[in-house]
Amino acid sequence: MTQEAMLNMLELTVGAMLVYNFVLARFLGICPFLGVSRKLDTALGMSAAVIVVMTLSSAITAVIYNLALKKTFLIDGKEINLGFLQVLIYIAVIAALVQMVEVLLQKFSPPLYKALGIFLPLITTNCAVLGAVMLNSVNDRGILESTIFSFFSALGFGLALVLFSSLRERLELATVPRPFQGMAIALITAGILAMAFVGFSGLC
Amino acid sequence: MLLTIILSILALSGLGIILGLAIGFVSKFFGVATDPKVDLVLELLPGVNCGGCSRPGCADFARALVAGEASPEQCPVSSQEAVTQIAQLLGMTVGDLEKKVAVVLCGGDIHQTKVKTLYNGVNDCISAMQIAGGPKSCAYGCLGMSSCARACPFGAIEMINGLAVVHNELCVGCGVCVDTCPRDLIKLVPAEAKVHIYCSSPEKAAVKMKVCNVPCIACRKCVKSGEEGQFEIKGFRVEVNYDNFPGEDIVEKSGCPKNCLLTTAQHLEIERNADKEENAV
Repeated sequence: MTQEAMLNMLELTVGAMLVYNFVLARFLGICPFLGVSRKLDTALGMSAAVIVVMTLSSAITAVIYNLALKKTFLIDGKEINLGFLQVLIYIAVIAALVQMVEVLLQKFSPPLYKALGIFLPLITTNCAVLGAVMLNSVNDRGILESTIFSFFSALGFGLALVLFSSLRERLELATVPRPFQGMAIALITAGILAMAFVGFSGLC
Repeated sequence: MLLTIILSILALSGLGIILGLAIGFVSKFFGVATDPKVDLVLELLPGVNCGGCSRPGCADFARALVAGEASPEQCPVSSQEAVTQIAQLLGMTVGDLEKKVAVVLCGGDIHQTKVKTLYNGVNDCISAMQIAGGPKSCAYGCLGMSSCARACPFGAIEMINGLAVVHNELCVGCGVCVDTCPRDLIKLVPAEAKVHIYCSSPEKAAVKMKVCNVPCIACRKCVKSGEEGQFEIKGFRVEVNYDNFPGEDIVEKSGCPKNCLLTTAQHLEIERNADKEENAV
């Protein structure tokens, strides 16, 4: 592997997970980050669901992007590029994919369905999932690269979610001044956590 | 331009048709049929997910009911009619069930029981108990950190003067609070039993009287004035026998010298007025 390829790989893995963390550096997927982080159990379930959906949808949309949307077709002597339709196409594909995955999980792995089931529909059109897919297209990544990037991005999302939910479980028992109770202290904690992740910048 | 528009429409409708067919295909060949009874039962259940049936939620309980692993009366919250309806739906028969409510068997609010330390830690009964046995002098009384009130899914427990009091009209008897009390003060009793002895301390009368104004000193006045078997003597305290409980008139007949034999209404009244007197002073 050349040095450039190594650096590229580092950016796709460590960079996606820590340096450009989806929640804490790119500020995507804040809704599930605040919504399901009250308990560690649900945070773990949500993280697993995000990892599955993000990786799968990135792989499928990367195929569509590389085979169709990226190319310019010559029809009737005119050049036509359907790249401007990508948001619409991606949303439709991701939504359909999640539906199918849900049905298949229920059939072939009921325990996994029980663990992920309620979270899957929640992230159908989550901005973190769409964000990962769009970032892949914008940066013109190949199919394998896109899948690796999305998998590690989702891992980073899961890491942030698990860290944050552990913090919030501790906060439940702390004596918080009345004006800061509830969501206020949660948002302040999220801000401090994001500042901690700034420490990774410059890593790659 | 026109060509682009037509192509976009074609591409998107083509995608829609393909995805629609794919979803249809998957759910047709791999879909798992769920029992329609589960949804019907779920509609009849209260849907508050209190966990009183020892299952994670009402949906799980409904599934267990349809699978025949549970019986409808295990839901402590459902009314008799709802239970009967569910039983009819599933083709079962149920016996009569007794409605139960929770009661906190302690009368030691902050005016009655001496406070020995100023507790300033985590607002939780279990935490408070681990630090020198809590702020109150009585080692068997209500700690007043409202762990049970927070646990109650129905908001039926009110903290008055540092004492947990159950509102019978709100309590459904799910029993969630019973496990949260580190001092085991909360009991599920028949809703018809209105008279309780609000003391759970097993210590000797002399010890109890030093720390509390309303302890049960086991003088047995209530035992003598009631019918046989209505009370049970347990060491240095007396307990109402909830299998054969006395009526409300027993409070007047016995003349409890320490005022710990009370009806639920009287108990609530006393706690409310104690608060008012405090404010007046």
